[in-house]
Amino acid sequence: MPAVSETREAVEKLAKSNYEWGFETNVEMDLAPKGLNEDIVRLISARKKEPQWMLDWRLKAFRAWQDMSEPDWAKIKHPPIDYQDAHYFAQPKKKSGPKSLDEVDPELLRTYEKLGIPLHEQEMLAGVEGAGQKTPVAVDAVFDSVSVATTFRKTLAEAGVIFCPISEAIIEHPELVKKYLGTVVPVADNFFSALNSAVFTDGSFVYVPKGVRCPMELSTYFRINARNTGQFERTLIIAEDQATVSYLEGCTAPQRDENQLHAAVVELVAMEDAFIKYSTVQNWYPGDENGKGGIYNFVTKRGICKGDRARISWTQVETGSAITWKYPSCILAGKGSVGEFYSVAVTNGRQQADTGTKMIHLAPDTRSTIVAKTISAGQSDSTYRGLVRMQPKARNGRNFTQCDSLLIGDQCGAHTVPYIESRNMSARIEHEATTSKISEDQLFYCRSRGFSEEEAVGLIVNGFCREVLKELPMEFAVEAQKLLQISLEGSVG
Amino acid sequence: MSENSAAAWQALTGRAGERAALLGAEGLPTRRVEAWHYTPLQSLNGIAWQEAPALEAATVKQRVEGLNLPEHDGLLVFANGRFCKELSHLPDCMDVQEYGDGSAVQPLLAGRFSAGLNAALRQPGARLHVPAGTDAGLIVMVSLTEGDGVSTHLHHSVTLDEGAQLTLLDVQLGTGQYLTNPQVDVHCADKAHLSHITQQAESHEAARLAIVGARVGERGNYDSFTLNQGGVLARQEVVTQLSGPFSNTNVNAIQLVDGARLNDLSSMIHHASPDCTSRQTVRSVLSENGQGVFQGKILVDRIAQKTDGYQMNQALLLSEKAQMNSKPELEIYADDVKCSHGATVGALDEDQLFYLRSRGVQEEQARDMLVQAFLLETVELVEHESLRDYLLKALPGHV
Repeated sequence: MPAVSETREAVEKLAKSNYEWGFETNVEMDLAPKGLNEDIVRLISARKKEPQWMLDWRLKAFRAWQDMSEPDWAKIKHPPIDYQDAHYFAQPKKKSGPKSLDEVDPELLRTYEKLGIPLHEQEMLAGVEGAGQKTPVAVDAVFDSVSVATTFRKTLAEAGVIFCPISEAIIEHPELVKKYLGTVVPVADNFFSALNSAVFTDGSFVYVPKGVRCPMELSTYFRINARNTGQFERTLIIAEDQATVSYLEGCTAPQRDENQLHAAVVELVAMEDAFIKYSTVQNWYPGDENGKGGIYNFVTKRGICKGDRARISWTQVETGSAITWKYPSCILAGKGSVGEFYSVAVTNGRQQADTGTKMIHLAPDTRSTIVAKTISAGQSDSTYRGLVRMQPKARNGRNFTQCDSLLIGDQCGAHTVPYIESRNMSARIEHEATTSKISEDQLFYCRSRGFSEEEAVGLIVNGFCREVLKELPMEFAVEAQKLLQISLEGSVG
Repeated sequence: MSENSAAAWQALTGRAGERAALLGAEGLPTRRVEAWHYTPLQSLNGIAWQEAPALEAATVKQRVEGLNLPEHDGLLVFANGRFCKELSHLPDCMDVQEYGDGSAVQPLLAGRFSAGLNAALRQPGARLHVPAGTDAGLIVMVSLTEGDGVSTHLHHSVTLDEGAQLTLLDVQLGTGQYLTNPQVDVHCADKAHLSHITQQAESHEAARLAIVGARVGERGNYDSFTLNQGGVLARQEVVTQLSGPFSNTNVNAIQLVDGARLNDLSSMIHHASPDCTSRQTVRSVLSENGQGVFQGKILVDRIAQKTDGYQMNQALLLSEKAQMNSKPELEIYADDVKCSHGATVGALDEDQLFYLRSRGVQEEQARDMLVQAFLLETVELVEHESLRDYLLKALPGHV
């Protein structure tokens, strides 16, 4: 195919000239010029040394995105986003990380300390050189747009598990990426997923072969570092027949005045009898008390249970971000497959969260469970938005949904918007939702036993969220509990 | 707006004349409009809706007599959008007010398509007024529509002064392929109590876009019950606002849908004052290719502390092709509240069926018993005894 390779050369040349002209370099970052156009998409693809099919795929997504408009149905408010006023590619310069924790912003370290993150993980998070080797779980750290470290690759490789940055997978395992990328979340699925498809720069790729139980928890840390950058990571997890994998995702971002955009896409594919557990603790910077700054977290997460008896379980603890727009979903296409969604969403200050799930039952005997706990404090607004759909073939489908909201203070809002659609008579759907405040009796009980008001609220909130927190892997559960407490600081008294 | 939607729209805007602006510019709502997602109106597009012609008095009389109405204190009859004075009578304690501007209720219904349509093509309906401290008993209002390709847009208002009481049975029926678009403005002053029962038994070919807006004052009560059992595409929309403290509203309904019909109960319960309560039970029984829709929202304002809201929505699917879409919604801005909702969708319980079968009850009969039991609980929420019996009689044929 000489024509194709010729085009590619031409494109690469073009990209290169763009690089020479456009790259602004400061001490820590290589940044693409601000703005978004086909040249930027080409530049990203070229910088990642991607094959032609990947570039074509990106361009297709970009063209689709240009014809789309931002969704306006969510209960969130923000000034219009100028998509041309951001850098779509930022890469940390090699060897520029702090040499030790002494060089890291002390404010950041205090946050980590509060979270109780082990020291070597703090080093990981802060980007200290050489950190990561000691961590007990395999970690893929994505700083800004680029995956900087993947640990334990050898151990994983011995088990046959592929865990690497997706940019690497595109080059080394193109047959897998080609087969699955965009099959769960199509290129033009929605505005933000199309944007992500066009400009995603990195993310994680996991492939667990048939019959393999992944020997350790896999983990990714996402961190937005530079100013005016959007982070667009792309995660693809494939579990073949009878494979099992548990994946953890942690997110942090330093404090910035500007609002930064995070538009990730996560795709999960579970084949026959496979099990994927995906846990998220999201703690992006929520902005200050006046609502200045913070991350716009507009994420598309979806999994498909392709094979019979496959199971996908989403667990999320959402405490950060100025705005969260996120609906981890399950398509239950295999007979007897199972979808689960456990969520805690905490909003304080002026945060806004519109989050929930979709459970699409396509096959007989499919089951789904939704447990969503929403806590609103300060002047924040939190919405649970969910869809349960039983298609005509979902014979004996079963869903149970429970949404509970807790309000702390009289300046916040909590909303529940479930959509329930049944097209099969033998399917059973149950939904219940409650909204209440922390009971005075419970508070009094704790206070009379010597807890401060803040501690008491923390205890009660943790009890309220127990059903969800117990679904988290151990080390995350501990972190999440502390996170809840920190997030609600200043909301009482 | 697509090309084929022109017929209905042109006819409606033409009839509205200079009030066409009240209709908006979007045409009949499609699936893309959130409030109409489950009840899109495209199927009404091909019809050029004309004003319904007057019906012969003898025909109307015959129809009303055939209704077997419960004993009542007053009767108002409307036929094809026109008031039939000779068939109507009211108790002495009530007067018929001049047509109000509905300003108390209109803001409640702003932006709602059914209300916009009614505002544009409005026909004067009942204007009931119950003076302070009076119990006006049971008034029956019958709206009859006959014809094909015709529409009626009656606008009723019911005003209860302080401490007044009224039970209103609102019966709607007809034959043919028509469109009805009635609006009822309700104003319950402090301590007033209106019990409003709507029996929707429109023709199975008819479309219906009905809307009720109710404002309830301090310690007032608006108690609404809808029996939705007619129409090929029928929405009953109930918007109530608890505007005075310690007021209460119930928005209950039963939907019985068979054939290839769609019935929709959409409600908005707005707690705009502290210490109010609301209760809602909606039960739907769907058979054949029937589609049921329930959209219910409870909105609690920041000042509406100590709100107590409860909403229950249950649906029984009796056939493979039946469908239920529901969207129970909570929007809450006050912290000291107790709000909950529940929803279930499913088939008849096999265990219960087995229990009855094992005691010698025939399968068919056992099913009927279970469906009746399912509905009975909701009918029992109607306080008025003779009305309860009347409604129960209306059920079996559809079960």
